[in-house]
Amino acid sequence: MPSVQDWINNPLGVVDGAFAQNNSGAEWEKKVVEYFKEKLKVNGAQSWVPSLNDVPLHYLKPNSLVKFRCMIQDMFDPEFFMGVYETVDSSTNSKVLRCGKYKDVTDCGQVDFNSRNAVTSERQTFYCVPIPGESQWVKENYACSSQARVVPSTSYTPNRHKRSYEEDDEMDTQAQQENKLNSGPPNVDSHRNVESKRLETEAPSQNNSPSRCSSNLDLNFPLPGEQGPACLVKVYEGWDGFKLNDMLEVFGILSVDPALSLMADDKEASSLLDPTESMETVEEQRAHSPPASLVPRIHMLYAQPLKHNNPLLPSAVSEDKGAFLSGVLSELTSVRSELLTYLTHIFLGDSLAAEYLILHLISSVYARRDVLPLGKFTLNVSGCPHSSPYTDQLYQIIQQLVPSSYQICMSLHNMNNQRMVPRKDYTANRLVSGTLQLASNTSLFLDETQLEQGQLDATGVRNITALGNLISWQKVDYDFNYHQMEFPCNINVLIVSEGRSLLPSDCQVHLRPALSPPNLEEYLKTVQLAQASSQLNKYRVYFTVARSLDYNISDQITKAVEEDFVEMRKDDPQSVSAEDLHRMLIVARLLSLSYGQTSLSRENWIKAKQMEMMRISRTQQQKCVNGNEP
Amino acid sequence: MSSPSSSARKRARSSNPPTPASEDPLSLSPRPREPSTGELQPMPTSPGTDMQSPAIQDTSLFSSPVARRSVPQSEVDMSSPLIYDTPSRGTPARQRPDLGSVRKAPQVDLNSEPPSGDATVASEQTAGQRLVIWGTDVNVGTCKEKFQRFLQRFIDPSSREDENACLDLNEPLYMQKLDEISVVGDPVLNVNCGHIQTFDADLYRQLICYPQEVIPTFDMAVNELFFDRYPDSVLEHQIQVRPYNALKTRNMRSLNPEDIDQLITISGMVIRTSQLIPEMQEAFFRCQVCAFSTRVEVDRGRIAEPAVCRNCNTTHSMALVHNRSVFSDKQMIKLQESPEDMPAGQTPHTTVVYAHNDLVDKVQPGDRVNITGIYRAAPMRVNPRQSQVKSVYKTHIDAIHFRKTDERRLHGLEEENEQKLFTEERVSMLKELAAKPDVYDRLSSALAPSIYEHEDIKKGILLQLFGGTRKDFSQTGRGNFRAEINILLCGDPGTSKSQLLQYVYNLVPRGQYTSGKGSSAVGLTAYVMKDPETRQLVLQTGALVLSDNGICCIDEFDKMSDSTRSVLHEVMEQQTLSIAKAGIICQLNARTSILAAANPVESQWNPKKTTIENIQLPHTLLSRFDLIFLMLDPQDEAYDRRLAHHLVSLYYQSEDQVEEEYLDMAVLKDYIAYARTYINPRLCEEASQALIEAYVDMRKIGSGRGMVSAYPRQLESLIRLAEAHAKVRFSDKVETIDVEEAKRLHREALKQSATDPRTGFVDISILTTGMSATARKRKEEVAQALKKLIQSKGKMPAMKYQQLFDDLRGQSEAAITKDMFDEALRALTDEDYLTVTGKTVRLL
Repeated sequence: MPSVQDWINNPLGVVDGAFAQNNSGAEWEKKVVEYFKEKLKVNGAQSWVPSLNDVPLHYLKPNSLVKFRCMIQDMFDPEFFMGVYETVDSSTNSKVLRCGKYKDVTDCGQVDFNSRNAVTSERQTFYCVPIPGESQWVKENYACSSQARVVPSTSYTPNRHKRSYEEDDEMDTQAQQENKLNSGPPNVDSHRNVESKRLETEAPSQNNSPSRCSSNLDLNFPLPGEQGPACLVKVYEGWDGFKLNDMLEVFGILSVDPALSLMADDKEASSLLDPTESMETVEEQRAHSPPASLVPRIHMLYAQPLKHNNPLLPSAVSEDKGAFLSGVLSELTSVRSELLTYLTHIFLGDSLAAEYLILHLISSVYARRDVLPLGKFTLNVSGCPHSSPYTDQLYQIIQQLVPSSYQICMSLHNMNNQRMVPRKDYTANRLVSGTLQLASNTSLFLDETQLEQGQLDATGVRNITALGNLISWQKVDYDFNYHQMEFPCNINVLIVSEGRSLLPSDCQVHLRPALSPPNLEEYLKTVQLAQASSQLNKYRVYFTVARSLDYNISDQITKAVEEDFVEMRKDDPQSVSAEDLHRMLIVARLLSLSYGQTSLSRENWIKAKQMEMMRISRTQQQKCVNGNEP
Repeated sequence: MSSPSSSARKRARSSNPPTPASEDPLSLSPRPREPSTGELQPMPTSPGTDMQSPAIQDTSLFSSPVARRSVPQSEVDMSSPLIYDTPSRGTPARQRPDLGSVRKAPQVDLNSEPPSGDATVASEQTAGQRLVIWGTDVNVGTCKEKFQRFLQRFIDPSSREDENACLDLNEPLYMQKLDEISVVGDPVLNVNCGHIQTFDADLYRQLICYPQEVIPTFDMAVNELFFDRYPDSVLEHQIQVRPYNALKTRNMRSLNPEDIDQLITISGMVIRTSQLIPEMQEAFFRCQVCAFSTRVEVDRGRIAEPAVCRNCNTTHSMALVHNRSVFSDKQMIKLQESPEDMPAGQTPHTTVVYAHNDLVDKVQPGDRVNITGIYRAAPMRVNPRQSQVKSVYKTHIDAIHFRKTDERRLHGLEEENEQKLFTEERVSMLKELAAKPDVYDRLSSALAPSIYEHEDIKKGILLQLFGGTRKDFSQTGRGNFRAEINILLCGDPGTSKSQLLQYVYNLVPRGQYTSGKGSSAVGLTAYVMKDPETRQLVLQTGALVLSDNGICCIDEFDKMSDSTRSVLHEVMEQQTLSIAKAGIICQLNARTSILAAANPVESQWNPKKTTIENIQLPHTLLSRFDLIFLMLDPQDEAYDRRLAHHLVSLYYQSEDQVEEEYLDMAVLKDYIAYARTYINPRLCEEASQALIEAYVDMRKIGSGRGMVSAYPRQLESLIRLAEAHAKVRFSDKVETIDVEEAKRLHREALKQSATDPRTGFVDISILTTGMSATARKRKEEVAQALKKLIQSKGKMPAMKYQQLFDDLRGQSEAAITKDMFDEALRALTDEDYLTVTGKTVRLL
């Protein structure tokens, strides 16, 4: 298709064409955006566009259309640029009107600054990073789906993809391992575990392929050890609609003009010329105009907000979404029971804990009443074995199920040294990221078994407070030095601990293993291996779909719940408080959703009550046991 | 470092205005009578200037100013209409780098060239005045005239600005200010753009659109006027007009390309200031062959170096002499959007501001300011050697006027006065709301709607939000009476105390939220820190000071260490904080209300214990809380049912449904802000009577059992609560109903918190002495029994301690512990009935 060629490889041609066509009006801008939107609507058209996420930058053609799946990490100040300008050809002295939109640098010729026809326009720059904590399977799936359909492109495209895989050895081995994992030789798998663990724990030391980034330049990723390109996305319209930490899929024109980098190198020379420029500190320069080879610019044509980053679900624009959903919903219950069995095995035969984990994984803040976030369900799994790598393995299992996740080992060292809360750096004029700057619905895995006795310093206390606030109010107070700014978030926090966690939680489940396999590691591995990848994919789809369902309670059930509450209080007012009712209602909600039911039924309410009962009696027993211990 | 020009300026400031007679031609003092002021006094250290300065002095003193070539050149180009042809022989003009290169603007005759845009405006003018500055519709003559008329005639009788405090409001405002300038000698005239707009809208439009041209014209006008009126006065330099409050006040977010080169006022917070940058205004060149010197003005950051010496025609012989060039001060300031102006979920924007000359160092990082200035944009070049241009402009603001918005806090005035200006509709809406009979209930139910019931607590917090009236008794020696109401919430975990606190914290403009567990005394008060950059000692304020005029929410009050809590004593009564550390001794205002939440000692409320035992806080601190609320489970079926309904509805109602039911948070905020600002209720006669009665009643309750139970502090609390309730009604008078409600609330809070578990009576004495009346009664009974026992033993001067104890135990039917016995002995000792020495008890 030659047309595909055009709009993907030379989008600026389309832009300039539209500009030349109707010189006078401002409608051309709208037309351009419409044009690209139309093109992208075509079924599968989105996957023809190469993605910055899985194709290394140097394989991409400058000024071509690219897409980028990312999170807005920082918003820079708006900038003014020459929307329309006039150039003078020195030889013929003729003037030409040009369009400056979607470009960083003016084209050929001397610019006439005093031209009457010049139009100054405004655009906003976002600093975008790949979605923090994105699981490997998500990346692979996106990459695969894109590669599969890139075939119609030019001769170099498939070639490029091949090479990109060779280049990207990390991803490659991962893929291989995935294949082997399915076929099942355990020795490779252990290798995989070791490697991925190394990646997590020693993440700050960059052990990735040299092609990615040379790194004295801090790309400001929220999580240590993240990879992938960071991008400066230039937004031309409607930038007020975007919020910090939004997940986006950006379609735009890639700009890696070496001139941009040149400026950074030649700072001294240019500063002499322009007095205003010398006022910027070196740090600010580095943060705001990093070399384009490391931080490419994307001029946004169209952005699609992502509700989730699960590649297994059809994208929002495609038509077969409804069909897909109903398909999933029909087998939701069966998937749920399989999942429950799987998780029960993981929790060493404890099905109650497995139930709660399912509820936790589909929870999401769906509304806020004044300060109170509704729908959050922080789970504290206590009674986890301390010494064994059980918690690490648990995290890996969760990682395989959710699109994005992050593990924080709450060791003293980590708590005292990690930067969790993002902080504004006024010298560089940017928001220095922290590990709590996460996109919506990221699973945060807090490993409290790693915590030992000792002193928390000021940073440690701040971090603990930040975690506490995150759990209780689902917000993070970003540090702007002179004041704090509250950013609401929606993060699923799972705490694993030996005893009750020192952090607040909505619900604490004490793990009660039914079996104690002699070799825990070996056991968990075999359980994991028993799951086919198709099975895993079902689970992944399940979580995302269950989370997005609507929910309501009928009047009848409301009455019943009220009755129930009054009844429970009658027996023993001490045992049931408003807090407990809150929790029961959340459990009931999540339980219904987990069965794909969009309204509360009596059975589910009773089941929720029973689950709560069981859970509470378990914790109380645990208390007794502890109390008897000397 | 300071630039030569600034040092010269400083010298000028310190020197007396010299008269011609006293002026010594050889002195190094600046020559204020010399009109050529572009050349400022050279550096005294330079040998070259020393040699030259007398020569220059001579010529300038005795030659006519017109003859001097450098006169107009140093200031304004002759061809420009903006020559300062003022009669101010004595006062030098000064360049205004904040306005940029004005002098390059050519004047256009409208007759010869068609006007660019505003033909209609221009055509009204007479033919003689048709000369306008190129690119604008500004005619210098007309503009000047208009401005002078404005200065001479503008009267604003309703002015409420504090700057005009001592001026006569019925006289022309700005003439008085000129008068002030002649007396004080500070040659800056701040002009409120709002005044210009009401006086002459067209002039205002010109000022906003072409500040670069209009402001110099204003300068001219004001100087002509000034030196007409005060021909003898000598200023440091000519008066500069500084407009402020351009009505297009915007927040940073709304700046757009149309604002470039216009006069704007934006508000924000200073986040960074650079060091002082000397910027060359005029370069001084000297020929190395013949020592001929020449001056070249800097144009848009560039100096055109003369290639040929005009005197001896040698090429490339001119060398720049730095210390004779003229510099001006410049400072870069980074301004950040104030947090209030920002939409949620976005990061604040920043803007670069350049301050020039005496505006340098006027602001510090952290200051909230309104800046009036000209918005500029300059293209960025990728590389000087390339013709390619980065298609981006660098923008900045050249500051003309700073106005700190938080300055007033130092004077103890409410900031809201100026900040929160309500629109007419809003005010009438609020008043309408206030007129409703159930406004009090409405407001209290609008408070934290997600938290169920606890109506009285919400009412208490509502009153706290409004606060009492501030009274000043400093003349009579008692200082300020606090108007703030402090509240303590105490109750079982999970009774949504924290949620209430969070809500209040989010509601009030200057709220702080801390947790007792995580805060130290230092974090609450203030601490001294060494600034790493300037090495200055800086006072960093803590939560209490930051919440001045706001509410400080302290969660987990019981977890706070005693030393930290003791800090609160001063704050809660005197409303100040005294600091003495690292050589800084000061008293800071901390007029903050405290809303504290505490858990009972055993984390669960023990109904078998008194409040004091449950809370376990020092009485001194407890008595400083106006209201102490217990948040306990009512354990009532109907309540449970309502609660369940409320909670369930949270989980299925859509958000807008809930919105409809309650008052908007924004309305509540405005209502409170309005009441706090404009309503200052005073006690009326009846109300004072009612208060007196209430107080007497409270005392009576106590005196009935022989105890003083209410203290003046409680009376003050009552007054404050009554005042706050009057504020809720938007009433200027405190009436009986207010007192009634205050009494009710006070009793309600106390009824719960001071119920004696043994008698079920309300007992304020628990709060004041920490002991319930029954306990005291029992103590007395033991003492009486002991006295009887001793008396029954007849005349015995001394007794064995142990034996007496045993006797008493044997006699009494109730078990008597050793402690009780000791206490009884002590009570009798106090009565001077006996003394205890070692193991023997002696009668007296």
